Amino acid sequence: MTMKQKFGLGCALLGAIGLTSAADAAEQITFVSQGGAYQQAQTVAILDPSAKKLGITINQDSIPDAWPAIKTQVGSGKPIWDVVDTPTGNCLRGGEQGLIEKLDFSKIPNGAAMPEAYRSPYSVSYEFYSSVLAYSQKAFPKDAPNSWADFWDVKKFPGRRALRNHPFATLEAALMADGVAPDKLYPLDVDRAFKKLEEIKPHITVWWTSGAQSAQLLNDGEVDMEMAWNGRVSAVAKEGAKVTFTYNQGILQSTSLCILKGAPNLETAVKFLNAAVDPVHQANLPLHIDYGPGNPKAFETGVIKAERAAQLPSEPANAAKQALMSYAWWSSSAGEAAEKRWASFMQK
Amino acid sequence: MLALVSPALLVILALIVLPVGWLAWQSIYHDGFTLENYRRVFTEDVYWRSFALTFEISLAVTAIALLLGYPVAYLANSVPKGWSILILSLVVLPFWTSVLVRAYAWLALLQRSGVINQFLRYLDVISEPLALVHNTFGTVVATVHILLPFMVLPLYATMQKIPNDLMQAGASLGASPSLTFMRVFLPLSLPGVLAGCTMVFVLCLGFYITPELLGGGRTVMVSMLVSRNVELYNQFGAASAVAVVLLISVVAIFFIVSRFVSLDRVLGQK
Repeated sequence: MTMKQKFGLGCALLGAIGLTSAADAAEQITFVSQGGAYQQAQTVAILDPSAKKLGITINQDSIPDAWPAIKTQVGSGKPIWDVVDTPTGNCLRGGEQGLIEKLDFSKIPNGAAMPEAYRSPYSVSYEFYSSVLAYSQKAFPKDAPNSWADFWDVKKFPGRRALRNHPFATLEAALMADGVAPDKLYPLDVDRAFKKLEEIKPHITVWWTSGAQSAQLLNDGEVDMEMAWNGRVSAVAKEGAKVTFTYNQGILQSTSLCILKGAPNLETAVKFLNAAVDPVHQANLPLHIDYGPGNPKAFETGVIKAERAAQLPSEPANAAKQALMSYAWWSSSAGEAAEKRWASFMQK
Repeated sequence: MLALVSPALLVILALIVLPVGWLAWQSIYHDGFTLENYRRVFTEDVYWRSFALTFEISLAVTAIALLLGYPVAYLANSVPKGWSILILSLVVLPFWTSVLVRAYAWLALLQRSGVINQFLRYLDVISEPLALVHNTFGTVVATVHILLPFMVLPLYATMQKIPNDLMQAGASLGASPSLTFMRVFLPLSLPGVLAGCTMVFVLCLGFYITPELLGGGRTVMVSMLVSRNVELYNQFGAASAVAVVLLISVVAIFFIVSRFVSLDRVLGQK
């Protein structure tokens, strides 16, 4: 090979590499979720159909808590993830700290059509779950607790109790137990909530830290009633445990999709966001797991049967019985102060 | 000499000095120099409560592990070789099981519907299940079990080196077995006691999974504070400060121990 030929071949190779990498960049994103059965369900229900529709490749990664990784990735200036499915509060906080891209909803028509409470400048609701009052049917065969006031009523409903070791939803429940209406919770009266929590504290056997732990506590009969996530309770019930829950006064929570600041495939990521909240894709999700669609239009597609819809936290009639968590309040300075106060409440 | 040890020094530098230095740096530098993280650790009572609880639990675990471990090591030392191998394997076998698995096993044993409560109810000793777990008690029980090998093995190693002649000499001079034990064997085994206690105590200070799973949410040890600080303050500095204070406490303990006995004896085999 002459020098010239070598040079030519080199150029061709370089060109080819340039071309393929340019093509790849336009066609793929890296999507991050929380793993397990949940990520499997969304792969079948949402990710695969979205990839097919858009003709893109969706690479997946999973992490239980995305927040520290978002911080380090964006902080390093070279994020490798594009889209993250994470509790909505992370998207808001990240948006304020310049870690999350601001969304242009004119490019996300499916998101723009969703109720305003279900989206923020940085995120769009992806799926709903609920912090509900769950109980053992063995311990309460007839008169079952049906509100947070009942949960606090240790005389009428004697039994062992558990709450989540976290202020999210717990403060809301305390206020509802104290008579605050579900739609009048925010801004939370933090002092009143902690005062009410002091009342129930001596009767709490376990302050659980993981969803799996909460399910186990109820399943093993360690506690008779507790606050738990609806999907965890129904999973245990399906396995034959005599446990159930009520959506009455549940606290409706969501994870949202958001895009990392400076994401390597920003444009594709925005296209994906729109496809991910497409009503039909969203309607697929509850066919595979006990979470509700983030886009309420999913209930109008006819994909979810009425019987199934009635079990889901975000089904309109169920949603009406519950309080919608305000992530905007929790990521405000008052919310952050309440979160810090939790640590000293627990150790006193 | 320096040329010989330099690879080892490099490894120590890369694996220990740099990460720990980076950790310490994080705790004082966040958009400029700050002592805020340390102010929090030293002024908010959440922290000292947690440090106090961690030291209390570690002391209790160490004391219980010593009470349980000493007789085991003594027995392993005084029986014929084959038996001592059996005893030591029984000590070491659970050591090869994941800490997580052992924590869950204790949960299964200790909870309301667990084996122990059911057995006690079957015997009619109790009418209501005892609260054995989701509290400090459960945490201590499981931690002792997990750390016991770290007590038994140094004790056994030390006892192995106590010459049998000394005991025989004591006996031939007319001392009863308990007197030879108290006056000869026990003092000679003290370096092993100190080594075992130091190991167990220091390891216990950093326990995370066990109190998290068996503590019921109230048993907040320092390691749990570290993770909580990352969550709460969204910066590693807050967690680093807690870690640095714990590290300094451990170094201080080693320093105090070294005043009473040579550290070589605690950690090495001299």
